[in-house]
Amino acid sequence: MTELLKEDQLKRVEEDKKRWIENLSKILCETPERLSHFTTLSGLEIKGIYTPEDTQNIDYSRDIGFPGIHPFTRGIQPSMYRGRLWTMRMFSGLGGPEETNERFRYLLDHGETGLSIAFHYPTLMGYDSDSPMARGEIGKCGVAIDTLRDMEILFEGIPLDKVTTSMTINPPASILLAMYIVVAEKQGVNKGQIGGTIQNDMLKEFIAQKTFMLPPKPSLRIIVDTIEYCTKEVPRWNTISISGYHIREAGATAVQELAFTLADGIAYIEAARERGLDVDDFTPRLSFFFDSHIDFFEEIAKFRAARRIWAKIMRERFMAKNPRSWMLRFHTQTAGCSLTAQQPFNNVVRTAYEALAAVLGGTQSLHTNSLDETYAIPTEEAATIALRTQQVLAEETGVTNTIDPLAGSYFIEALTNQMEEHAWEYIRKIDEMGGMVAAIELGFPQAEIAESAYKYQKQIDSGEKVIVGVNKYATDHPPITIWRMKPEIEERQLRRLREVKQMRNNSKVKECLYQIRKASQDGENLMPHLIDAVRQYATIQEICDVWRDVFGQYSDPGYF
Amino acid sequence: MSPERKVRILIAKPGLDGHDRGAKVISRGFRDAGFEVIYTGLHQTPEQIVAAAIQEDVDGIGLSSLAGAHDYLFPKVIELLKERGAEDIVVFGGGIIPEEDMPALTQCGVKAIFTPGTPIDEAVKWVREKIKPRK
Repeated sequence: MTELLKEDQLKRVEEDKKRWIENLSKILCETPERLSHFTTLSGLEIKGIYTPEDTQNIDYSRDIGFPGIHPFTRGIQPSMYRGRLWTMRMFSGLGGPEETNERFRYLLDHGETGLSIAFHYPTLMGYDSDSPMARGEIGKCGVAIDTLRDMEILFEGIPLDKVTTSMTINPPASILLAMYIVVAEKQGVNKGQIGGTIQNDMLKEFIAQKTFMLPPKPSLRIIVDTIEYCTKEVPRWNTISISGYHIREAGATAVQELAFTLADGIAYIEAARERGLDVDDFTPRLSFFFDSHIDFFEEIAKFRAARRIWAKIMRERFMAKNPRSWMLRFHTQTAGCSLTAQQPFNNVVRTAYEALAAVLGGTQSLHTNSLDETYAIPTEEAATIALRTQQVLAEETGVTNTIDPLAGSYFIEALTNQMEEHAWEYIRKIDEMGGMVAAIELGFPQAEIAESAYKYQKQIDSGEKVIVGVNKYATDHPPITIWRMKPEIEERQLRRLREVKQMRNNSKVKECLYQIRKASQDGENLMPHLIDAVRQYATIQEICDVWRDVFGQYSDPGYF
Repeated sequence: MSPERKVRILIAKPGLDGHDRGAKVISRGFRDAGFEVIYTGLHQTPEQIVAAAIQEDVDGIGLSSLAGAHDYLFPKVIELLKERGAEDIVVFGGGIIPEEDMPALTQCGVKAIFTPGTPIDEAVKWVREKIKPRK
């Protein structure tokens, strides 16, 4: 920031620093530093002090600027949280649609401002509750949704023109969106009015989250169908939530999370452009999703760097003209993998720090993990504490009063630059491989993440990285009450599915499935056919089975 | 068979659970400790796991589960091993397994459960003590 410091001032800083180092050296002879070197959680080297020397190459207007203006380092809205707080969106799904509806209403009553659905594994993977693949899994890791009937129950009493909904769903994302559109329609809400997000990010599934179904290319084709359809018909819908969260949770470093996520974004834009879509029509509706891990400053730097890199990618690489195309909007979840089963109440503290980093990093929405999530789906009480953590942050701490308060910190700006440089290196490498799809086929991001995860575990095992209550200060702790699924939920889900299959017009369902097969083969946009099919109560698996048959299935190469 | 044969372990991911960070870390840790490791990859049915274990002639199976379906999937693997006359293959598990589920799993024949926070070495030590190459 040379404009803040004239040349001669910089010289003085240099001289002062020399004196400080001399003084420090004397002290260190007697009392050395606690560690031989200090790093971030991800292994970036951190110096003892940062000074104007570390930021002298920064051009304020070019690199930092103002919120709401390219390159958005300080945030995407001109007024940020002074105008509107982030959306408090708690990821929820438990048992059947009845239990989840009850949780949604409870959270909304307690001040939650957006919905976020966690589906159980069979739904995530495109199987119905009555599939042999679903044995033992029903309602355990989220809500069981088989047909439109379940979605109707899920949103009973929740007006879809008043709330936005995020759905963590990938291979069957387009089917769940179709169901949401029909539920809204039945409430008298037009699809032009609804707002929300489908995760719909298959590339990171192959890389990290691993709920995959079809091979990469047909997966991308269905994603582009949703982009094409929503751009015209559901304009307030976020068509992909390009996600670093799962990449990080799988063991990636902060830099890897940042780089692989943005490289995924590049791949989606290229795929949609191949379809003939104009970047400025669809990219304003791409959103992002990051992890907020426990290394406070590293995370803040990551969020700031993400916005700046994306703004450059959009304007320089894709020649986007619409400022909304340049903006990286993102959701954040605190790091599930930073939580411990040992002394679980400590997790409240971890989550609070991580939430603070997300807010200082300028997130648009936030999920805070509950203290019991290393055991099971959160209880109502634990979820309430997690929501209250956000409310205390928003309404008591004062951190929302000014925008990007850490900007100009020598350390934060230097670390933001460092994040950006390292991320570019990865992005260039992936470009050289032929883009993210090719890199995934080579197993590149998967291998990088496995390497980082292993290294991290070794650092914990050796005590080099401390986890309180696990490898230091370990003590016994009394057990906590955890959520358990009632067995009757499974029976009820299976019974309802049987009834729906009996009551619906099965010849119409058959015809709809035939149309989906035809559109899948002919390359016609699938969305209108999916909406027709779910309206007739076709099940998720019936549709996914058509796809598995037409496109084939992806299986895990099992790198380790 | 030579007595020096390495211990062979199958690390398996039963069911639809996609959390494979732990399974991969432990696979590498076991390999670095000198065991022979076969990793099934994700989304395996109990039938597939048992078939792989028998075909690869392993001495132990490590089942990883973080999505709550352990109470169905782990006993199913053991039941199928018995059906195939391979109950001498030692079954152990890891992941998110609530304390209160452990007695039932132990009773059906799961020999150890490694929960979050377990150092790799602890699992390695257990395998060295409890699993010997089968004759």
